[in-house]
Amino acid sequence: MRIHVNGEVHEVPDEMADRKLVDFLREDLDLTGTKVGCGIGMCGSCTVLVDGQVKRACLLTLGTIHGRQVTTIEGLAPREGLLHPVQQAFVDAGAIQCGFCTPGMVMAAWGLLLRNPRPTRAQVREALKGNLCRCTGYRQIIDAVMDAARRLAADRGEADEEDGHDGTIA
Amino acid sequence: MAVTGREKAWRNDAVAKVTGRARYTDDWKVPGMLHAVPVYSEYVHATLRAIGTDEARACPGVVRVITAQDVPGTCRFGQIRRDLRILVDDRIRYFGDVVAIVVARTRAEAIAAAGRVQVEADPLPEVLDPETALREDAPLLHPEYGDNCVVHHKVRRGNHQDPLADADEVIEAEFETQFIEHAYLEPESALAIPRPDGVMEVLGSMQHPFSTRRFVAALLGVPLMDVEVRSVPMGGGFGGKDDTAAVVCARAALAARLTGRPVKMTYQREWSIRESYKRHPYRLRYRLGMGRDGQIRGAEVRILADAGACCSVTPWVTWRSTVQCCGPYRVPHVRADVLGAYTNHVFTGAMRGFGSPQVNFAVEQLIEMAGERLGLDPVEVRERNLLRQGDVTVTGQVLDAHVVSLGEVMRLALEDSDYRAKRARCSFGDPGRRPWYGIGFAISYRGMSLGAEGTDANSAILNVQPDGSVLVEAAVHENGQGCESAMLILAAEELGLPLDRLRYRQPSTSNIPDGGTTVASRATLMGGGAVVLAARDLKARMAEVLAPDLGCEAGEVRFREGSLWAPDGRSLPFQEAARRMYQRQQFPHAFGVFRAPRVTWDEETGQGDAYFTWVYGCQVAEVEVDPDRGQIRLLDLWAVHDCGRAVNPQMLLGQFYGGMAMGSGYALWEQVIHDKGRIQSLNFHRYRIPRATDLPDFHARVVEHPDPLSPSGAKGVGEPTNELAAPAIANAVYAATGRRFTRLPIRLEDGR
Repeated sequence: MRIHVNGEVHEVPDEMADRKLVDFLREDLDLTGTKVGCGIGMCGSCTVLVDGQVKRACLLTLGTIHGRQVTTIEGLAPREGLLHPVQQAFVDAGAIQCGFCTPGMVMAAWGLLLRNPRPTRAQVREALKGNLCRCTGYRQIIDAVMDAARRLAADRGEADEEDGHDGTIA
Repeated sequence: MAVTGREKAWRNDAVAKVTGRARYTDDWKVPGMLHAVPVYSEYVHATLRAIGTDEARACPGVVRVITAQDVPGTCRFGQIRRDLRILVDDRIRYFGDVVAIVVARTRAEAIAAAGRVQVEADPLPEVLDPETALREDAPLLHPEYGDNCVVHHKVRRGNHQDPLADADEVIEAEFETQFIEHAYLEPESALAIPRPDGVMEVLGSMQHPFSTRRFVAALLGVPLMDVEVRSVPMGGGFGGKDDTAAVVCARAALAARLTGRPVKMTYQREWSIRESYKRHPYRLRYRLGMGRDGQIRGAEVRILADAGACCSVTPWVTWRSTVQCCGPYRVPHVRADVLGAYTNHVFTGAMRGFGSPQVNFAVEQLIEMAGERLGLDPVEVRERNLLRQGDVTVTGQVLDAHVVSLGEVMRLALEDSDYRAKRARCSFGDPGRRPWYGIGFAISYRGMSLGAEGTDANSAILNVQPDGSVLVEAAVHENGQGCESAMLILAAEELGLPLDRLRYRQPSTSNIPDGGTTVASRATLMGGGAVVLAARDLKARMAEVLAPDLGCEAGEVRFREGSLWAPDGRSLPFQEAARRMYQRQQFPHAFGVFRAPRVTWDEETGQGDAYFTWVYGCQVAEVEVDPDRGQIRLLDLWAVHDCGRAVNPQMLLGQFYGGMAMGSGYALWEQVIHDKGRIQSLNFHRYRIPRATDLPDFHARVVEHPDPLSPSGAKGVGEPTNELAAPAIANAVYAATGRRFTRLPIRLEDGR
């Protein structure tokens, strides 16, 4: 089988067809940015993109992704030392606390923006409902995704739309 | 000096976390590493007779199967009572008790073999109700303590024999709260590495490195110096990564000691929920005496907590409930009894809020019920009773050492949410209206840090390098809340340096004194206090040595904008100052200690200055109720909290939103379901924490009244934000339905 991860091709023997993608990533490739929070596809910590689609790596086996393109959090930034616009938006919005959900959340957000570049806040919430976060209450994560959408739109030369953040320091 | 912009967030670990490079415990690998997994039994309460390990030992890849008999130290440990079994040595007391550890080459092999361990035990009668547990004839969980009563706290104030004697009206109500799970996204994990120098090095997902070290040292039977616990990024704790997480670290260390190889023990979610402690379920009975003038005359309170199978920190959790048992109100006569009882349920311990969410759920509904009886609206009845500057708490503490901003935060929250206008629109169960709408609120005061429950001090080390860069460390733990960033910001502010000149050095238990647990919303207050004091000490030392260079007195040197300044405008860059310090054999190094101001407590009367300072908050909830479908939707949630000072504003708001979310889950969805002592909600398909679609965009306002007793002016915020959503939502649901909900989580069919 040929497994494509972050642009690299890995030849793996057919006997590994039942191996979980998340174990392959974490244990065989040392791509530990993909986390395991529940192991049953309920928390989203292991979210990756497969051919641009949002998938839970704990539910996929290698056999099902033969020949397909897997993108993990490690493959998102354009190059070492640079952040992807979604990552930068998470940093700037204060969307990161313990960080355990963050890689999966970022991948789910990027997966959303690939298919819907200018989502509403409600659409962002809907797209992220399979990604649990216990720290942030999601507020700043939604802010970050909206901000990322704006940045990416600006990069494409599109006009800005306002989306305020109203936390107040009295 | 503000060193971060107020708009943009700043965290020292943000880039590592957002790129997936941050290495949590399970992300580490070391050569020769083995994997360990726990073995549970199907019993809830049983005398252990034998553990059959032969079959498991014969399984592929298995290196060792460990039971209590292999323990060189003690299996029995705990922070207060030593009644927690790290490995069961006599009796299984709950469904999550671990009877053996299987160590194998791979985790999969260990899991396969764990299923082959046989447990022989004689079932004992189960005690699953805390009230029953306190009866004379109840079977004892820990016979050595004589009964199942873990603790009995009291408040005896004023005419405590008859606290309702002066009351014109008495309002009685009972409330019940549920077991809830912390649900940190990262399950417990530990990696123990036996070092050539004889030290057992432990990395782990735990929020109390020093307590973890005590657990490890006890199980191994070695002195504390032989165990070094290191901090690595942790995927959430919320109070939940104390005892159980420490136990997981101790078991990994035991396996490493017995095999002589590094051992990793990473939990599956099912094991984590099965074994780890929960928030205490409470039964609360109140009789509140009111005068016709709308003032509270007295209160009779009885609270019973289900402690589960061992003591853990139940005496401390229930102590906070005791101190705060009457809410943020003036109550002249009080008799309160707060008890905890052993049962064969999962044990209960620390969780964000720590004994206040239960009490607030009750008191903040009770005060409105009292107001209604007297014809006072929810605002008016609180205005007549809430604590103001110089008032006395139910434990006899005079609140005069800081700004008592309770009235202010309540007013602001009501204004922000447009409460009065919206209140007029509430449905109160109007049969002609669909859906129903309601708005409600709750207020609280909260004692900061540990109070009289424990010794409270923290330390910090500032170590200036010869090039003027600075290493900062404090005896606090990064649980994800951003405390490292707060320490760096406070040090940078005090030293007048840009943030890129400082780095946080994650301390290990071997290089900084035990500063207690990173709990009780105390990291910024206590660790930050130590950082500020260390920085002041460092500045004094540097000023003393370098004042002659600046042509002024030491006391005149100021640190700002990256330099040391004399009054006449002469300056010395900090980098050059550091170089000269080393040149003159004067190390620019400081060790700061912040000791909490004195607190007092009399356990017999429940009187004393319980906490050295307090914080105040108010949250307002709006709900929509669809009675036909039995659904409650949270429309909006507003929070105003006084936290002393905002050190890192965006991270502070993150604490607000996260606390509000967790509080909403407590109110509406979360419950750990037991069936005859066996937890059924073992993963997220059966345990529902709030999802992005469950919650609205929360609103937060920070009020800043710097605290004179806090070196940084800051207090804490992690817990206050998580203790008000449930009563606010319950009051909003009342305004929508006209019915009271006295049980959590709120289910429409429970309304009275």
